[in-house]
Amino acid sequence: MLDAILSGLNGLIAGFASLHWSNLVMMAIGCLLLYLGIKKDFEPLLLVPIGFGCIIVNIPLSGLMEEEGFLRVIYNAGIITELFPLFIFIGIGAMTDFTPVLENPYTFLLGAAGQCGIFLTLLLALALGFKYNEAVTIGIIGACDGPTVIYVASQYAQNLLGPCSVAAYSYMSLVPVLQPPIMKMLTTKKERVTIMKSGKKTVSKTTKLLFPIVITIVGGLIAPKGLPLLATIMLGNLMKESGVVERLTRASQNEIANVVTLLLGISIGATMDGKVFVQPTTIIVLILGLIAICLDTVCGVLFGKVLYYITGGKVNPLIGAAGISAFPMSARVVQKEGQKYNKKNYLLMHAMGANAGGQVGSVIAAAVMLSVLKGMGVI
Amino acid sequence: MMDRWTFGLTMLFVGMGGTMVTLIILSLIMSALKKIFPYNPEEEKKD
Repeated sequence: MLDAILSGLNGLIAGFASLHWSNLVMMAIGCLLLYLGIKKDFEPLLLVPIGFGCIIVNIPLSGLMEEEGFLRVIYNAGIITELFPLFIFIGIGAMTDFTPVLENPYTFLLGAAGQCGIFLTLLLALALGFKYNEAVTIGIIGACDGPTVIYVASQYAQNLLGPCSVAAYSYMSLVPVLQPPIMKMLTTKKERVTIMKSGKKTVSKTTKLLFPIVITIVGGLIAPKGLPLLATIMLGNLMKESGVVERLTRASQNEIANVVTLLLGISIGATMDGKVFVQPTTIIVLILGLIAICLDTVCGVLFGKVLYYITGGKVNPLIGAAGISAFPMSARVVQKEGQKYNKKNYLLMHAMGANAGGQVGSVIAAAVMLSVLKGMGVI
Repeated sequence: MMDRWTFGLTMLFVGMGGTMVTLIILSLIMSALKKIFPYNPEEEKKD
């Protein structure tokens, strides 16, 4: 009888007995992510499920990530198969208005410059001894685009999926903090006060409809390995612009995006097991991710300066900072900074063009990168 | 297997160059499409 009682009690304390210090660290990190999401409003849609997933996966003996565990089932169904990031991309495409970039197609170039951080960080990661696939995955954080990072990491460096995803989403939410000092440091007062003329509405419905089709075909032919990313975002946009499948568009923008965001977040949290996550590599990945996003801003602003000089001072270099994928947050940062130096300055529409260019640019950069890797026989 | 620097620099030049060239091509195509299908306020109203 006594033995039975002791065995029963043993079952109740087994969880505490199996607790490793790294689990406690990760629970604290999970709570920090919840705090940032709930109290600071930093990407709450992602950070709340990621933080909660991080906490529960670090409770020992629950078996959540074992073969039959519910988190493992979700992870295998959506992350390993790459479906979740692709579903999210359909929603992003359905939510994004590419009109600003179509009004000023040159802003595509700012979207390209904003991807330099990817490739420079890849070099840094290689210099620090990461394997090729890992270096590529770390570099992709510079796309400033969570689903792209998850898509690449789930294929080529699953061991870095957790840190890379957390880095991408955390730094995306920190764009308003990270970008302004860099923008100020790299521009002169004369450049910052440059007023850009507002363009009139010049994009026809036909052009808007052809945009996603042309991007998919041309981009897909150049970089076929990245076609899933490109095709899903453009399918979402085509549905939105066509106006004939409103139910599908609304579902992509709301129900599908919401359900997948929840499952994606909790699955990412589930990869943050203390014994795997608490190691120096994670810290290095987080630092490299931060560098990647800062380098994107540096290159974007520098390219903006090039445009400023080429056009004889008609382009405000600050809009170069919006050439990243954090849409539309980065454009808002540019508008706010522009107005700080010149109250009459309305850079929002131009910055939105660069930002939409950055959205396409990040996907194209990832697609090109995967195709180059394939061409080199690395993947 | 190529060495790390050959790999890294190839990715930098071909990857970044490829991204830039792709986006230049796309911006040119978009500019052409805008010329071929110019904005017509009256037609847009009909839609």
